[in-house]
Amino acid sequence: MVKITFDGIEVEVEEGTTILNAARKIGGEVVPPAMCYYTPLKGSGGKCRACLVKVAAGSVKDPRPMPKLVASCITPVQDGMVVENTTNPDVLAARKGVVEMLLINHPLDCPICDQAGECDLQNFAYEHGTSGTRYEEERRTFDKIDIGPLIQLHMTRCILCYRCVYTADQITEKRVHGVLGRGDAAEIGTYIENVIDNEFSGNVIDVCPVGALTDKTFRFKNRVWFTKPLDAHRDCPKCSGKVVLWMRGNDVLRVTGRKDQYGEVQEFICNECRFDHKDPQDWTIEGPRHIDQRSVIATNHYELPVLNVPVVPNLPGSTEEDLKSTPFNLGRQV
Amino acid sequence: MGRKLLTEHINVEGIETFDVYRKHGGYASVEKALKTMTPEEVVEEVKTSGLRGRGGAGFPTGMKWSFLAKPEGKPRYLVCNADESEPGTFKDRYLMEKLPHLLVEGMITSSYALGCRTSYIYIRGELMYILRILEKAIAEAYANGFLGENILGSGYSLDLHVHPGGGAYICGEETALLESLEGKRGNPRNKPPFPAVWGLYGSPTVVNNVESIATVPWIVNNTAAEYAKIGVGRSTGTKLISAGGNINKPGVYEIEMGITVEEFIYSEEYCGGIWKGRDMKAVIAGGSSVPILPKDLILKTAAGEDRLMTYESLSDGGFATGTMLGSGGFFVMDDQTCIVRHTWTLARFYHHESCGQCSPCREGTGWLEKVLHRIEYGHGHMHDIDLLVSVAKQIEGNTICPLGDAAAWPVAAAVRHFREEFEWHVKHPEQATSPGAVFNKNASVLA
Ligand SMILES: Cc1cc2nc3c(=O)[nH]c(=O)nc-3n(C[C@H](O)[C@H](O)[C@H](O)COP(=O)(O)O)c2cc1C
Ligand code: SF4
Ligand code: SF4
Ligand code: FES
Repeated sequence: MVKITFDGIEVEVEEGTTILNAARKIGGEVVPPAMCYYTPLKGSGGKCRACLVKVAAGSVKDPRPMPKLVASCITPVQDGMVVENTTNPDVLAARKGVVEMLLINHPLDCPICDQAGECDLQNFAYEHGTSGTRYEEERRTFDKIDIGPLIQLHMTRCILCYRCVYTADQITEKRVHGVLGRGDAAEIGTYIENVIDNEFSGNVIDVCPVGALTDKTFRFKNRVWFTKPLDAHRDCPKCSGKVVLWMRGNDVLRVTGRKDQYGEVQEFICNECRFDHKDPQDWTIEGPRHIDQRSVIATNHYELPVLNVPVVPNLPGSTEEDLKSTPFNLGRQV
Repeated sequence: MGRKLLTEHINVEGIETFDVYRKHGGYASVEKALKTMTPEEVVEEVKTSGLRGRGGAGFPTGMKWSFLAKPEGKPRYLVCNADESEPGTFKDRYLMEKLPHLLVEGMITSSYALGCRTSYIYIRGELMYILRILEKAIAEAYANGFLGENILGSGYSLDLHVHPGGGAYICGEETALLESLEGKRGNPRNKPPFPAVWGLYGSPTVVNNVESIATVPWIVNNTAAEYAKIGVGRSTGTKLISAGGNINKPGVYEIEMGITVEEFIYSEEYCGGIWKGRDMKAVIAGGSSVPILPKDLILKTAAGEDRLMTYESLSDGGFATGTMLGSGGFFVMDDQTCIVRHTWTLARFYHHESCGQCSPCREGTGWLEKVLHRIEYGHGHMHDIDLLVSVAKQIEGNTICPLGDAAAWPVAAAVRHFREEFEWHVKHPEQATSPGAVFNKNASVLA
């Protein structure tokens, strides 16, 4: 075990832990934002530079500060390391810079984007950006690209985090899509307008932090904050079958994997669960999905905040930490 | 005349063939190393020589070699970086074209020192004709027993391959080069782990520049002590400088480290002065990514001393008043050069070559280019000038690999040292965009 100080808070973590994961152990406001890092995906991280932090002291052995800001998602901790995140003006300035850069070529079409309400970039920009931009030039746009009946690729919105590429590479057998081109001309593409059609391809939708890859069976059916997320499962021979059903009334509008508080799926699910089972009868419903209170989705109060109701311990899908950290607790079973 | 360690025989008729090269002392270092020295002794010689990497960063070569991990049961690789894509730098190409056997000899001696069984020369894809020259030299070395199994009966075996890149500047960055050599997209890797621990195919790897490797035979033949006698301070030996721009004699020169910048530019032995007798305006001393310096700062350090052609002297004063020796691409601009246009050209290059992995470089390089384009074409605003500095700052130091810095520094330095020229473009768009118009600091009008 090694000890590090993160924004003045001491925390003990296992050797080999990254700075980001050490911060996640503390939790809450001090956790650096992450756009490209995704725990279940090997090799992810290091690219978007959203999680940059200052290492004010390297370790007990070598207490010198690191000369540049480092990507916390890929930098392992050392015993005695001192990290500055929200307490360092350079870090905050760099983060503003990263938001500004990411928004150069990402359209602010949130009102018509399917990812609105559950977009990492929206949250990142809201928390770390400025309200204006200094960019006056023409932005890049793309024609619509057809990659099959299930997934919509809207390249204009892509921020090239590579998460979908790693997903396809690591959990599907035949990867047909990747990054083509260089620099700001780089794009996610399928080799000569191919179709993405293997059994786990739908997971690229879940990992996409923005609205570049969305679910064609859900597109424009509803806004996420009007839907009601429920944890559910079914007996599936291909995957764990543990999903979230996004319902409106008695209709299942969308099925996704279950995500943790950092937006990462707990388990990847197969396309059959995701796309082919839109009948509530197909599922065993476990209960409401706990959604972070600050989330845009939470604002529609589908989980009615009921005051003075005893805490329901071990509610499926909610961690004890969640229950402790919110002033309201979930009192309603659906 | 300065001493020539690399280029002594460069103009000998037929030196590109094995026989002529051998007659002029070629491959002596292989014989000496394999027959009379242990690999550790060769590493020690290179360490003592003080040789610093000639690819740009100037990291001590011997030290890099001694970092190479030596795990049991894993191969080790030496990869020669012959990508040479930095604008203004063309020294490696010259060396390989004229003296292919020198590089092959250096690869064999260096591979022996590092305990490599297979080595690669990764060459820029556009240089196909040089690839053929190298392939021929390698075939001759095989035929004469200097490559392959049991070289010179020493028990040491080595295979050497040349591999052409696809023509991307970023593939000169060592980790992107390794990705590319592995057959993947040339994206730089996150470091650490460094190649010395996790390099080609996950094995310990040294990546060295052509000139660095080509220097090793001389050091082995003539001893490290002799090598260290040449040069000044921590800049030992000689350096190839590719000189271009508005000078009378553009070309590749081997200089002894420590001659003055003034001598290099104005003496007949080297650049021969500014063409047409014009005045010098600015110099980029080490390839397009290093900060540009105006005439007074390139000739004298901030303390008023003569600026020398060494790593230390050129970087004296940090980025406020200094620059870098870099890869030795020495680019001279006369007083008719438009700094704004020139900076835009460089920004265009870096924008085009960014691999696009990290957000600040991917988006920032394009932004810089577009703002510079606007200013150059008479559509700039005064606040654009500060915007350039601010965007450069957002990129610098925040990216995965140094290409981000390479894109930011030229812009930041141009604005720092030539701000008036940018302002003139904004304030007088009609003058600035008329053909051939150039800002003249003294007259504050068109030159
Ligand atoms: C964007 C970029 C491009 C580079 N291109 C080259 C190159 O073309 N040739 C080269 O020798 N080094 C190049 N380098 C430097 C290499 O990464 C590496 O430092 C060098 O090959 C090490 O060799 P040395 O120690 O002998 O200098 C480049 C670095 C960057 C960041
Ligand atoms: S499509 Fe989405 S997941 Fe894929 S690289 Fe773009 S932003 Fe990332
Ligand atoms: S700095 Fe530029 S070239 Fe280097 S990894 Fe990032 S995007 Fe690619
Ligand atoms: S999350 Fe760390 S660099 Fe993207």
